[in-house]
Amino acid sequence: MATETTAAAGDGLATSPETAPGMPQLDFSTFGNQIFWLIVTLVVIYFVLSRVALPRIAAVLAERQGTITNDIAKAEDLKKQAAEAEQAYEKALADARVAAQKIAEQTREEIKGQVADAQAKADAEISAKTAESEKEIDAIRASAMENVEAVAKDTAAAVVAALGSSADQAEIDKAVDARMKG
Amino acid sequence: MATEAGGEESGLVFHPMDQFIVSPLFGDGPVGMFTITNVTLWMALAILCVVGLMVLGTGGRSIVPSRIQSVAELAYGFIYKMVEDITGKDGVKYFPYIMTLFLFIVFANFLGLLPMAFTTTSHIAVTAVMALAVFLGVTILGFVKNGAAFLGLFWVSSAPLALRPILALIEVISYFVRPVSHSIRLAGNMMAGHAVIKVFAGFAAIAAISPLSVLAITAMYGLEVLVSFIQAYVFTILTCVYLKDALHPHH
Repeated sequence: MATETTAAAGDGLATSPETAPGMPQLDFSTFGNQIFWLIVTLVVIYFVLSRVALPRIAAVLAERQGTITNDIAKAEDLKKQAAEAEQAYEKALADARVAAQKIAEQTREEIKGQVADAQAKADAEISAKTAESEKEIDAIRASAMENVEAVAKDTAAAVVAALGSSADQAEIDKAVDARMKG
Repeated sequence: MATEAGGEESGLVFHPMDQFIVSPLFGDGPVGMFTITNVTLWMALAILCVVGLMVLGTGGRSIVPSRIQSVAELAYGFIYKMVEDITGKDGVKYFPYIMTLFLFIVFANFLGLLPMAFTTTSHIAVTAVMALAVFLGVTILGFVKNGAAFLGLFWVSSAPLALRPILALIEVISYFVRPVSHSIRLAGNMMAGHAVIKVFAGFAAIAAISPLSVLAITAMYGLEVLVSFIQAYVFTILTCVYLKDALHPHH
């Protein structure tokens, strides 16, 4: 059916003598030739593939698979080692922290003791100095009182003399003493 | 073909089928069985391409592949996985045969897309031989592997008993139609695409239509590139399916 239609189309459109009648696909005289060369081709390709190409590619793929598996195993190993190292590091860090805390505590205690000692010493010194100073101040105050008394008596005697009356020194002293006490 | 189009400018001349003519490479004699023809040339080129890709391309055997080697590995993995997925583990030993068919069809199709090329897979003689080889091989293999149990392929045990003879008849018919559809699908696709491109090329002789014609040829060419690969894929996967039926004839 297809032959007839294409043959008709071919007749209508083209008049070239080279044109094959209808479909060249249905020209049975060339079938033997095509089939022969096809079989030759397929056999050649089959032998090339099965003898050389496919085993080689299979080997390459297997080798690559092996390499990848090895590398993954190695990576796994390294990862484990890294994890162990990290754990050891963490542990060392924690130990160091505990030790540091202990040392700090100790130092703090020591310093506290020293500070207390120094404070006590300083307090004692301060109180000693204070007592001494108080004594000195008392002495100064007493001598000042005495001086005031003497000055007052002298002044009183001078004032009495200036007023023109003469009074006994003992009397004046008594009056001044009474005034000062009052 | 092309020279004629240039010679006759007056009218439209279509010779869409001339590209499929088998002619001797040397001389003008008749085409005998062993004559060296354009079929020989383009099949030889297909062999060269296969050797170039699969042998020379993988010459490095490198763990980290070069470009050509990775294409070869891709082709290998593609077909290997197809065979393994469809036919199962026991089908893997037929992998080289299927790989041979696939590589030949792929390279014949793509070489046929070169301008002025001859497309060997557009000939029913070529595809029919391959399809018949698959059909006979699979049928013989089925009987050798399973004996009479291979006929269970036609006896659909999951259907109601009354329907089974009718189904068996349909199954037998479809089984024998397989090589026909298998071969005509490939040859028809290749022939139709090339003929259509040629017809569009014929229209290019008219100046007013020629831009459109060139665009149409470009579009058809893109489509043909797809079809070339898809038809090789389809031929291969159907071969795998038929092989599976031979190895495991139970539905």
